[in-house]
Amino acid sequence: MNNIAAVFKREFAAYFSTPVAYVFIVIFLFLMGVFTFYLGAFYESNQADLEPFFRFHPWLYLFLIPAIAMRLWSEERKSGTIELLMTLPITTWQSVIGKFLAAWCFTAVAIVLTFPIWITVNYLGKPDNTVILASYIGSLLMAGGFLAIGACISGLTKNQVIAFVISVVICFLFLLSGFPLVLDFFRSWAPQSVVNAIASFSFLTHFESIKKGVIDIRDLIFFVTLIAFWLYANVIVVESKKAS
Amino acid sequence: MAETSNKPLIDIKSLDKQFGPIHAVRGISFSVRKGEVLGFLGPNGAGKSTTMKMITGFLEPTSGTVTVCDYDILENPTEVKKRIGYLPEGAPLYGEMTVTSFLNFIADVRGMEGGHREKQIEEVIRKINLQSVRNQTLETLSKGFKRRVGVAQAILHDPEILIMDEPTDGLDPNQKHEVRTLIKEMAHNKAIIISTHILEEVDAVCTRAIIIASGKLLFDGTPAELLARSENGKLDDVFRQITTQFYSETGVTAQS
Repeated sequence: MNNIAAVFKREFAAYFSTPVAYVFIVIFLFLMGVFTFYLGAFYESNQADLEPFFRFHPWLYLFLIPAIAMRLWSEERKSGTIELLMTLPITTWQSVIGKFLAAWCFTAVAIVLTFPIWITVNYLGKPDNTVILASYIGSLLMAGGFLAIGACISGLTKNQVIAFVISVVICFLFLLSGFPLVLDFFRSWAPQSVVNAIASFSFLTHFESIKKGVIDIRDLIFFVTLIAFWLYANVIVVESKKAS
Repeated sequence: MAETSNKPLIDIKSLDKQFGPIHAVRGISFSVRKGEVLGFLGPNGAGKSTTMKMITGFLEPTSGTVTVCDYDILENPTEVKKRIGYLPEGAPLYGEMTVTSFLNFIADVRGMEGGHREKQIEEVIRKINLQSVRNQTLETLSKGFKRRVGVAQAILHDPEILIMDEPTDGLDPNQKHEVRTLIKEMAHNKAIIISTHILEEVDAVCTRAIIIASGKLLFDGTPAELLARSENGKLDDVFRQITTQFYSETGVTAQS
């Protein structure tokens, strides 16, 4: 536990000791606003809910979350500090979890900072705040899923740009795995059960159902399992690639 | 020669490492006892760093065993790592951290607590002369200071075993002297391995020297024994003689 906390503390502080954190948060909040008010037609819809706001979270995360995750391991490998980290009395698991949690908490800070929109909608009308809370939780879980993918990919390469691009592609596939774009590719040769399984991996489908205000245990299990799986892959990747 | 106890703290048996077609370390065996300062010598690409990386648990050996304080590196990596202070090649550091925040991170990971922790950090900062840069970020430091911070993090928890890959590389003559003095001061209650290109360093701080080339152990003995092999009393010449003789006999060339 202490080791996870030590890695977490270092990693979380690292975001704020470079301009990364501030640039990210400003861009995140700015794009959220633009998407909600212009593309989401928040005012014009005349509804006191945050659906136009949450609708764009998956798409913003697609680009912004890999940007947070890309440095987690690539930078360690590039600067050689991975040798320092891996020869300290910490297990790879502890490092992987500490780093993931730091990135996740940083994302949570950015998400919490969107609170003015929640105040606005409560000022303008009477929204169902439990639906909004559920949506926030769903959004955070989805961000965790994207982060776990990004962290794992980051362990594969010394190059942050490569880590970013590959992460975006994989996140995109997960986001849209319930849609014809991805499914058609498998339909031609894979059995129906496989196609169904792939369809059930869609972030969008799971997020949609949470966004309606119902946190179904299956959606929770989906995101938690997904995060666990990618963190496990992360450990394997780091251990096998650390020295190359 | 410094006092030595009987039981070796580091025991290495027929250590072997292959990276694909490259045979980096070929069946090296040696041991280091408390009180010894072992100088690790060899041409570039001889396998010095690879051997150190295997002792510290960063790389897994292809075959052979590394035992540190009776713990096997593959079976109990964490126990081994707790007992070792390690300065990796090039002294990699987290650039965005300050000297004190970095040392605090190391203290966290080493499980140091309370007054002991504070005292130890201050002690190391004083010993390595880091007072003037303690609040500077690591990326803004000169090469010499970076190396010293690397040494500082290695000795922070006062380890039984100290392994340093080229601890004096990039330092000016005064700083080199300081680091060597530091090593000599610590030598009596530790087992120390340093790698170096500077042969005078072996004479100055080491109680034993090992020469490897192309992953093979060519010499293991005291600096005096090494010197005795020379015709003109120059360590440089003995080193060249031993390594080039090996290359010409085996037909192996230096790998980089």
